Amino acid sequence: MIAFNKYYNQFNILSISLVVISLFLLIFKGLNFGIDFKGGTLIELRSTDNKINVSSLRDNLNSMNLGDVSVKNFGNETDFLIKFEINNNKNIIEQIKANLDKSFGNTFDFRRVENVGPKVSAELLKSGVIAIAVALTLMLIYIWIRFEWQFSLGAILALFHDVLVTLGLFSLLGLEINLSIIAAVLTIVGYSMNDTVVIFDRVRENLRKYSDIKIYDLTNISINETLSRTLITSITTLLALLSIFFFGGEILKGFSLAMIFGVIFGTYSSIYIANTVLVRLRVSQKTVLRDDKSN
Amino acid sequence: MLYFSKFRIILVISISLFFILIASSNLFKFENDLLNKKINLGLDLQGGSYLLLEIDNNPVIEQKIQNLSITIRNYFKDRNIRIKNLKILEQKLSFSVNENYKQIVLDTFNDEESELNPYYPRFKSHQLDITEEDNIFFVNYSTQGIVKLKTSSQDQALEIVRRRIDEIGTNEPNILKRGNDRILVELPGLDDPMRIKSLLGKTANLTFRFVTNNDQDSFGAEKLSYEDESEEAALVSKRIILSGDNLLDAQPRMDSETNETVVTFTLDRVGAKRFGKATSTGIGKQLAIVLDGKIISAPVIRDTIASGSGQISGGFTFQSATDLALLLRSGALPAPLNIIEERTVGPDLGQDSINAGMIALAIGFLLVIVFIFVKYKIFGLITNITLIVNLFLLIGILTIFEATLTLPGIAGIILTVGMAVDANVLIFERIKEELKDEKNNLIAFDSGYTKSRTAIFDANITTLLAAIILFFMGSGPIKGFSLTLGIGIFTTLFSVYFIARLLTVLYVYRNKEKEGLI
Repeated sequence: MIAFNKYYNQFNILSISLVVISLFLLIFKGLNFGIDFKGGTLIELRSTDNKINVSSLRDNLNSMNLGDVSVKNFGNETDFLIKFEINNNKNIIEQIKANLDKSFGNTFDFRRVENVGPKVSAELLKSGVIAIAVALTLMLIYIWIRFEWQFSLGAILALFHDVLVTLGLFSLLGLEINLSIIAAVLTIVGYSMNDTVVIFDRVRENLRKYSDIKIYDLTNISINETLSRTLITSITTLLALLSIFFFGGEILKGFSLAMIFGVIFGTYSSIYIANTVLVRLRVSQKTVLRDDKSN
Repeated sequence: MLYFSKFRIILVISISLFFILIASSNLFKFENDLLNKKINLGLDLQGGSYLLLEIDNNPVIEQKIQNLSITIRNYFKDRNIRIKNLKILEQKLSFSVNENYKQIVLDTFNDEESELNPYYPRFKSHQLDITEEDNIFFVNYSTQGIVKLKTSSQDQALEIVRRRIDEIGTNEPNILKRGNDRILVELPGLDDPMRIKSLLGKTANLTFRFVTNNDQDSFGAEKLSYEDESEEAALVSKRIILSGDNLLDAQPRMDSETNETVVTFTLDRVGAKRFGKATSTGIGKQLAIVLDGKIISAPVIRDTIASGSGQISGGFTFQSATDLALLLRSGALPAPLNIIEERTVGPDLGQDSINAGMIALAIGFLLVIVFIFVKYKIFGLITNITLIVNLFLLIGILTIFEATLTLPGIAGIILTVGMAVDANVLIFERIKEELKDEKNNLIAFDSGYTKSRTAIFDANITTLLAAIILFFMGSGPIKGFSLTLGIGIFTTLFSVYFIARLLTVLYVYRNKEKEGLI
């Protein structure tokens, strides 16, 4: 049996620091919003001429007064991703196409064009925030119905931890937040909850079974009993996600990366956050038995 | 938990076979209608354009307010009430009347059966709101009036957008209303999104008006510039001789005399009459052909045109003449459309995404299968069989509903593969624990299944909740993700509790006495 409980304090301190750092990052550095939430234009280009590079492309586009233009390689040397801010010119794509054809010859294939206006991006951001808020609320209600309040608090703190630290990491690394990241965050919420609930289920079962074991050791027993399941599920989920990350193409990279972070944090938090909340709230056999009677 | 009746066994097997058959219909062609279903590929996989158009209703409202000013003046004139100081203030009208008539005006507007201000019997709210301040009345559209106006211009715009898209002949376009001032257009497999964008972006409001040289024209005049900026702006009368509404047909043609591309048009009876009259009285004058506030050309009238047909020249290329003819045939939009969101994916990127998604699915699947087999041996095999059937079930259900598969949707399937083993793992781990105290394999397996049930239920509910929220909040591709993730939960539960359990039961009954079974 692994003595997870020996490190409860250390890991709590670590988690609190991670959350605080993440909050700092989110407030002061902010998130790198993509065009879905900020508005603007995105163009994915493929060139048949491998002499064209990011800087020559950037120079060319800078001459068009597009405002803040970002140009980078996308997956490989001949694919490029161009992004620029909201532009009121309706024919901007045609003009860029004409300009590129003039400067480089007819070497570019416009593989993808996305254009999001300010109104739509504001709406998408709003609905993304609402979606996450609704998800967290529903999880809270669900766990509150299924478990005693001490458990609910533990699970919700674990959830907030996972979401905040994942977003904090995205802020730190400057990774783009787009619609698929919202989907990833929601899936992380589901996954983290899932993981926590399985351990909590065991804690509650053990609380009814053993009256003489203190919660400090009881959580440790429960974690160990469910440990191989926790690990196996995390591993298979990570295997699937790594496969998406490495082979699923550039478009899914951000999504799978967010999910990978989320699964790792989710697994960690169900052990070291959810359970320590139970310990700190001195949950005992009485907590669950009282509940049984009232039901 | 371990007992399966013969009937249940046959049912489980036939359900599985049915879905395998349905799922495989994506690869083969069946004659049968039920089987000949396919998963739709989302725009991100097959390539195409997603356009969200917003109707700019302000010009419509301003136009209506202008018309209203005439209606109000005439209405009260018939009742011997003089309307004074009638002014149009953007989306509002203001006027005043003699002190004695004030109450009559108010009553007219607020009468539930009012002719001038309808809607009340139907909507319990008038079309127009009237307020009075310092002897001045203000009339503007009520909330209900604006809603009606918006929905009606949305209906018209939808019709015109549909006609324009049909004219181009894209396959299976999707044209839907969004809210009361937006139109969503999905065009799969489109070659040239720029052309469609430019076609939808034009109001195509065509008018024939005389060029005048004095701004004292009784209808008023306005300075309009030329489309191709080839000439100086000209002063054009506001009197409309003909409008696009009078056109029956328009076609691009090659003028054999001038060797120039032109658009020929045919007018309806009313239009032909008016055109004939205007061309006979206006010989020697310039007739401007105005499209969306820009002059295309302004030829000098040399002869009376009574045939009801004519041609427009204006330095067209064949493409631009074709597009103009198309716009004129399909009619003018009631209001300008703005493209507020656009997502276009080229067909080759779509194919690349499909390939990448399939490779990721294959590799992810293989990794999971190998890992589970190494970990659980014979029960790993059972889990893996379950996983494969699960995949068929998932694809089968998507096929039956002809659901739309997107790239994030494929990610959802891969993720389902990763998470689907969870339920089996929970069961097997529980059985292992039970076997520590219980020597009878059958009892241990039975209680393993029973005791893991609440944890499995809880765990899947949480993921399902997340998927449901995503489905209702998300758009396009994200919806596809939530769909596969959500359906994946049900197929997983079915395959774990019916297929995996059936296989486990069959194996355990044969090896009742064996120790260290799992």
